[in-house]
Amino acid sequence: MNENEPFIRFDWIANNVDEIGQRLSEHVLMVVASVLIGFVVSFGLALVARRFPRSYGSILAVTGTIYAIPSLALFVLLIPLTGLSVTTGVVALVLYTLLILFRNIVTALEGVPPDVIEAANGMGYGPAQRFWRVELPIALPIVVAGLRIATVTTIGLVTITTFIGLGGLGYLIINSGTRRFFPTSIYVGVLLCVLLAVLADIGLLWLQRRLTPWAQARQG
Amino acid sequence: MQDTGGAIVAFEHVSKQYGSAEPAVNDLSLTIPAGEICVLVGPSGSGKTTTMKMVNRLIEPTGGRITIGGEDVMSLPAVELRRRIGYVIQQVGLFPHLTIAENVAVVPRLLGWKAPRIRKRTDELLALVGLEPGTFGARYPNELSGGERQRVGVARALAADPPVMLMDEPFGAVDPIRRDRLQNEFLRLQEQVRKTIVFVTHDVDEAIKMADRIAILQRGGILAQYDTPAAILATPASEFVERFVGADRGLKRLSLGRVRDLDLIEVVAVRVGEDRGGVRGRLDRVEELDYALLVDDEHRPIGWIDRADLTGGGPINADVATPGAPTVEPETTLRDALSALLGSSVQLGVVVDDRGRAIGLVSVDAIGARLRAPVPSADGTLREVGDSVEAAS
Repeated sequence: MNENEPFIRFDWIANNVDEIGQRLSEHVLMVVASVLIGFVVSFGLALVARRFPRSYGSILAVTGTIYAIPSLALFVLLIPLTGLSVTTGVVALVLYTLLILFRNIVTALEGVPPDVIEAANGMGYGPAQRFWRVELPIALPIVVAGLRIATVTTIGLVTITTFIGLGGLGYLIINSGTRRFFPTSIYVGVLLCVLLAVLADIGLLWLQRRLTPWAQARQG
Repeated sequence: MQDTGGAIVAFEHVSKQYGSAEPAVNDLSLTIPAGEICVLVGPSGSGKTTTMKMVNRLIEPTGGRITIGGEDVMSLPAVELRRRIGYVIQQVGLFPHLTIAENVAVVPRLLGWKAPRIRKRTDELLALVGLEPGTFGARYPNELSGGERQRVGVARALAADPPVMLMDEPFGAVDPIRRDRLQNEFLRLQEQVRKTIVFVTHDVDEAIKMADRIAILQRGGILAQYDTPAAILATPASEFVERFVGADRGLKRLSLGRVRDLDLIEVVAVRVGEDRGGVRGRLDRVEELDYALLVDDEHRPIGWIDRADLTGGGPINADVATPGAPTVEPETTLRDALSALLGSSVQLGVVVDDRGRAIGLVSVDAIGARLRAPVPSADGTLREVGDSVEAAS
C-alpha cells in the first residue's frame, strides 16, 4: 500500500459501481437459489423422516457429515461431477443448508402439541389435511427461524465460491482485495455482505410475523 | 337455533383387545338413550377412554358393534364419521394459529359449508357458550383464559350440530371453583341442545353431578354397573361399586339434588340508605329469618345485616353489614352448597342468577332435611339411604 493512498478510495468505488452491483446481484442470486433448493430438499427429507422415524438418525448423520467437510474439499469433490460452474457452487451451498434446515423442520413439526393433533383427528381431518392445515402452520415460526439461520450462514459462505471463479461479493474481498492488496475493495465487499445478512434476517423476521400473527398475540 | 337433538348410541358386545394381553374393553353392552349424558367412570385401566374413543373410531373395536341412531359406525369412512360427532378433550386442543371464530368453524369448513352460513353458525355458538362474538371472534386462543378456552372447545364440538358428543375429562384441567361453574354452564347448555353425550371422568362426584346414567367400569373393561346416579348410590350392584363410589354415599346423594330443587327462603334485600325500622318490619314478616341482605344497585349481595344490629331508626349504612355471604347457583349441587354454607358464620347461602343477582336464600337446615329424605331407586320403590348390598340382596 502506498503511504499516500487514502484509507478508502471513493473514486474507485464510483468508477466501479457497475462491477460492484453485478457482484452483489450474483451474490443474492446464489443465496436465494441455494436456500430455496436447500429448503425444498430438507422439507422432503423431513417428510421422509416423519413417515419413517427410524431414518431420522441416518439423515441427521449424513447431513451432519456433509456440514463438517471443509468447503474447499467439497469443491474438489464436486468439480469432477459438475466442473467449475455455478452448479458446483450452488450444490455445495445447498448441501451446507441441509443440516440446519432439516433439523429445524423436524423439530418444528415435533413441537406441535399432541392435544392439537388429537383434536384434529377427533374432528375429522384426514392425514394430509391435518399436515397442511394444522401441523405445518403451527410449525411455521420455528421453520422460518431455521430459514433465517440458513440464509445468514449462506450469505457468508457464498464468498468462498471465489475459489471456483464465482464468489459474488467474495470476489471483491478475495480476488481484487486480498490478492492485489487493495483494502477499499475488501471494505466494500465485507460491508455489503454484512448489510445483506442484516437485511435478509430482518426481512425474514418480518415475513414470519406477517405469516404468523397468532404467535405474537399475547394475553392482556 | 334449530339444533337437532341426540341419537341413541348403543354398544353391542363391544371388545377391544391389544395382542394377547388382558382386554381393554370386555364384551361391553349398553344403550344410551337419545339426549342423555352417559358418564363412563372407573379407575385407570378400566377402559373408559378406550370405550369412548371407539365411538368415533379413534380406536377401532376388535369385536362387537357400536351404532348411532341404529347405524353401524363402521358403515362410514372414519373421517366422515368423526365430522358428525362432537369431540371435546381435557387439554381443549384449540388450534393456536386460528382465531376463535375460525376454531369454531373447523368442522363446518371441513364439511364445505358456505361462508355466510359458517359465520352465522359461529356467532350463534359463541353467544350460546357465553362469549360475545364481536369481542372474542377475532382473538387467538392464547389470549383467552382456561375457562374461556374450554367454552370455545364446547362451541367447536357443537358446530356442525352433531347428534352425539364425546367429552374426555373436559373439565379436568381447571381449578375446582371454575370447574363447578363450567359444569353448571354445560348442564344449562345441554338443557337446550339435548345431545347424546358420552362423558369420561375418573371423578365420582363429577359423574354423579353430570350424569343421567353412569356406567361404572372396572379393570379389564368390565361393566360393573349401569344405572342412574340415584340408583347406583342407593343400591350398588357389587362390592367394587360400593367401594368405588365411597363410604360417604349418603353425603354424595346430596350431589343429586340441586339448589333449585329446594324451596328458597325469601330474600330481605336492603340497599344503603333504607330506613332501619322498615327493614325490621320486613324481616319480621319472613319466618325464622334473622338476617337481611345488603345488596348493591344491581341487586348483587354485599353482606348480611343481623336483626340485632337494626335497633333504633335512621338510614342504613354499609358498615352494619358483615361481608362475605356465600353465593350458590340454582344448578349448584346440594353437596357443594352445604360445604359452602358450613364455611360461613351465618349458615345461609344466597342463590344468585347468571348475572349474580340475589334471587333467594338456602339454609343448612333445608339441605339437612333433604339428606334425611328417602331416595327413589331405579325400580320406583323408596329405599332408605345406607341400605347396603347385603341388605338389598
